Amino acid sequence: MAVELGHFALVLALALAIVQATVPLVGARVKSYQLMRVGETVAIAGFLLILVSFTTLVHGYIVSDFSILNVWENSHSAKPMLFKITGTWGNHEGSMLLWVMILAFFAAMVAVFGRNLPPSLRANVIAVQGMVAVAFLLFILFTSNPFTRIIPAPIEGKDLNPLLQDIGLAIHPPLLYLGYVGFSISFSFAVAALIEGRIDAAWARWVRPWTLLAWAFLTGGIAMGSYWAYYELGWGGFWFWDPVENASFLPWLAGTALLHSAIVMEKRSALKIWTVLLAILTFSLSLMGTFLVRSGVLTSVHAFATDPARGVFILIILLLFIGGSLALFGLRASSLTSGGLFHPVSREGALVLNNLILSTCTATVLIGTLYPLLIEALTGEKISVGAPFFNLTFIPLVVPLLLAVPFGPLLAWKRGDLLGAAQRLQFAFGAVLVVMIGTYFFSDKTSTAAALGLGLGFWLIFGALTDIAFKAGVGKNSLSVVFSRLKGLPLSVFGTAFAHAGIGLTVIGLVSVTTLQIERIVLMKPNDVVEAGGYTLKFSGVTPFKGPNFTEDQARFDLTGPDGRRLGEIAAAKRLYPARGMPTTEAGIRTFGLSQLYVSIGEATPNGLVVHAWWKPRVTLIWIGALVMMFGGGLSLCDRRLRVGAPTRRKTAVEAEA
Amino acid sequence: MRSILLALVLFCTMLGQAGAVVSPDEVLDDPALEARARALSANLRCMVCQNQSIDDSDAELARDLRVLVRERLVAGDTDEQVINYLTARYGEFVLLRPQFNSRNLILWGTPVLVLLVGGAFAFTAYRKLSGKRSVEQLSPEEEAALQKVLDSQE
Repeated sequence: MAVELGHFALVLALALAIVQATVPLVGARVKSYQLMRVGETVAIAGFLLILVSFTTLVHGYIVSDFSILNVWENSHSAKPMLFKITGTWGNHEGSMLLWVMILAFFAAMVAVFGRNLPPSLRANVIAVQGMVAVAFLLFILFTSNPFTRIIPAPIEGKDLNPLLQDIGLAIHPPLLYLGYVGFSISFSFAVAALIEGRIDAAWARWVRPWTLLAWAFLTGGIAMGSYWAYYELGWGGFWFWDPVENASFLPWLAGTALLHSAIVMEKRSALKIWTVLLAILTFSLSLMGTFLVRSGVLTSVHAFATDPARGVFILIILLLFIGGSLALFGLRASSLTSGGLFHPVSREGALVLNNLILSTCTATVLIGTLYPLLIEALTGEKISVGAPFFNLTFIPLVVPLLLAVPFGPLLAWKRGDLLGAAQRLQFAFGAVLVVMIGTYFFSDKTSTAAALGLGLGFWLIFGALTDIAFKAGVGKNSLSVVFSRLKGLPLSVFGTAFAHAGIGLTVIGLVSVTTLQIERIVLMKPNDVVEAGGYTLKFSGVTPFKGPNFTEDQARFDLTGPDGRRLGEIAAAKRLYPARGMPTTEAGIRTFGLSQLYVSIGEATPNGLVVHAWWKPRVTLIWIGALVMMFGGGLSLCDRRLRVGAPTRRKTAVEAEA
Repeated sequence: MRSILLALVLFCTMLGQAGAVVSPDEVLDDPALEARARALSANLRCMVCQNQSIDDSDAELARDLRVLVRERLVAGDTDEQVINYLTARYGEFVLLRPQFNSRNLILWGTPVLVLLVGGAFAFTAYRKLSGKRSVEQLSPEEEAALQKVLDSQE
């Protein structure tokens, strides 16, 4: 019964979404305040209805109601409660429901926090948001309904894919979707601006916090997914350039570009047309990512052709929204006047360079991801585009960008002083030289890549520190003046510094682990010893273990540190989930400072157990860096001038607050 | 999103044994040769897997290919010969880095093209804007007139 309620709520939400997509639009056109206001109420009600719908599905999972097809296919009564709940979005139908719920959530946020937006802009934004909601609600109801019943109800469920039975599923998809779908707001603002035919710096001030919010979530979502794959898949990789990963990385790249171009637009009224285009492209890439992952087109063009219902539906949505918004852009973009002149060497110029390189990176990842599909569709041949291609093209593009990052914030608007910025960065440069020489002599003389790469990471961090130090007047003022100036700096300055330093940390992690990791592959019998990174593992044997819904063979190792101290046990396992008959590998991971010891086991042969042990130096910095980036985004969001909904546009806002 | 990736990886691990990848009995005695084998393996695709190199995959086929690569290296093949041998046998699908040839021009050319066109576009936009600025600047006559007004104010 509860599930029918959820189903009904979803249909009702569709009806409301249709109202939301049309009435405010008409209202804005005929300048009827009443009609425009309809959107807000409807957006909030629509979100609540989808929330009800989602809750009933979660309830179905909690009580293991196997009369629901979706629950039967993806759950099991013996599964731990957390994984029953997270299993709700561990499948296609449930994850689409989560997607559309977050979409409705953002529309409701605009309705609640957008009170000081000009009424017509707000109405248009909510209407565009409604259009996207209509499309995806139709998609769910017609091709991916999570509320389908089966009669008679089976006794037991088929269980969730064991790899997904992990805390990662609780965090990764919701964060990722908050990011993905969060860009819908930037998109709606862009389309609304095109519909209105006007755009100004205040527009950028509204769009920027939303973009920042989505970007911070997406950063966290991608990093969380990467760490999840790292520990769950059991071979120590953290980024595979897999199409599914690229699907989330593409909006991140475009979103990062958008974040930066919106700054130029807000501060200098320049790059207006480009910013609008980027906002459209970013969400288009989110939509495309959804299409790529959800249609099955990735595995093979043929898989798509054999069960085309879903794929074709999303393809139509894709064409409608991307094509429609780009057509609107083509018609209206020329009416948006651009202002704000600047010299190539200036803050604006630096941000243009950022956008140029990030756009090229986006195009590169996009072509690499789509190329095999393109070739297969055109010629029928199958080819592969994998990590070696992306490393070869992406890294040379992104390194110059990262080298340039510390200069950006040090350049003045309009016309900057490159020599002056370089002089300010001399201490950072000196420190980087020390790091590079130190790495070369003390860490690994054979690896110039390690020295150069670590230098790049520290360059970003010291560059960020230089920016703060310069703005606080370190060296020019007394300590107390510096301190009071630090306190007076806007939070967004710290946000920028943290985000840039965060990339530096991630770079250090990536470079350390790819150039300096130590790998051992050995056959081990009990009491055999293997050493990695100064740590010694003594194999003590395999013991069986029984979990709530799995059995496993645990290989246990006694761990001894470089100083000879005993550090307890580390266990790696091979696990079997009987419900699906699927084996998984559970890696044994121990963290020492920033580095990790990573152990995973293979097959048992007559000559012993196959053991892989890795020493992964500073590997955790990859994800810590992402968290620092997120934190930087959060700091910027807390900035008074940027707070969601805080910006004012002339008198309207004053009245709204009164 | 990752669920599909995980499921497919799982499919791969089901084909082979779950767990470690290169097993010790495959490893060549000559460390230099083994290093070349590992480097080559990272560029070769496990063809029954989703986007995994044979170096990363546990599938039976990946293992066979790893052994094959090592056999060719021991027989004295150069890296290029090994790649050619495998491409001849399994098609371009086995290469994780597509060949650098005219057919793959779109793939390899896109980054360069976007960078050049984007750069050119930014440059012309800048030239156009700064050109407009010079139009907006006062002519010498206007300058003189302005100076006259300013002088008379003093």
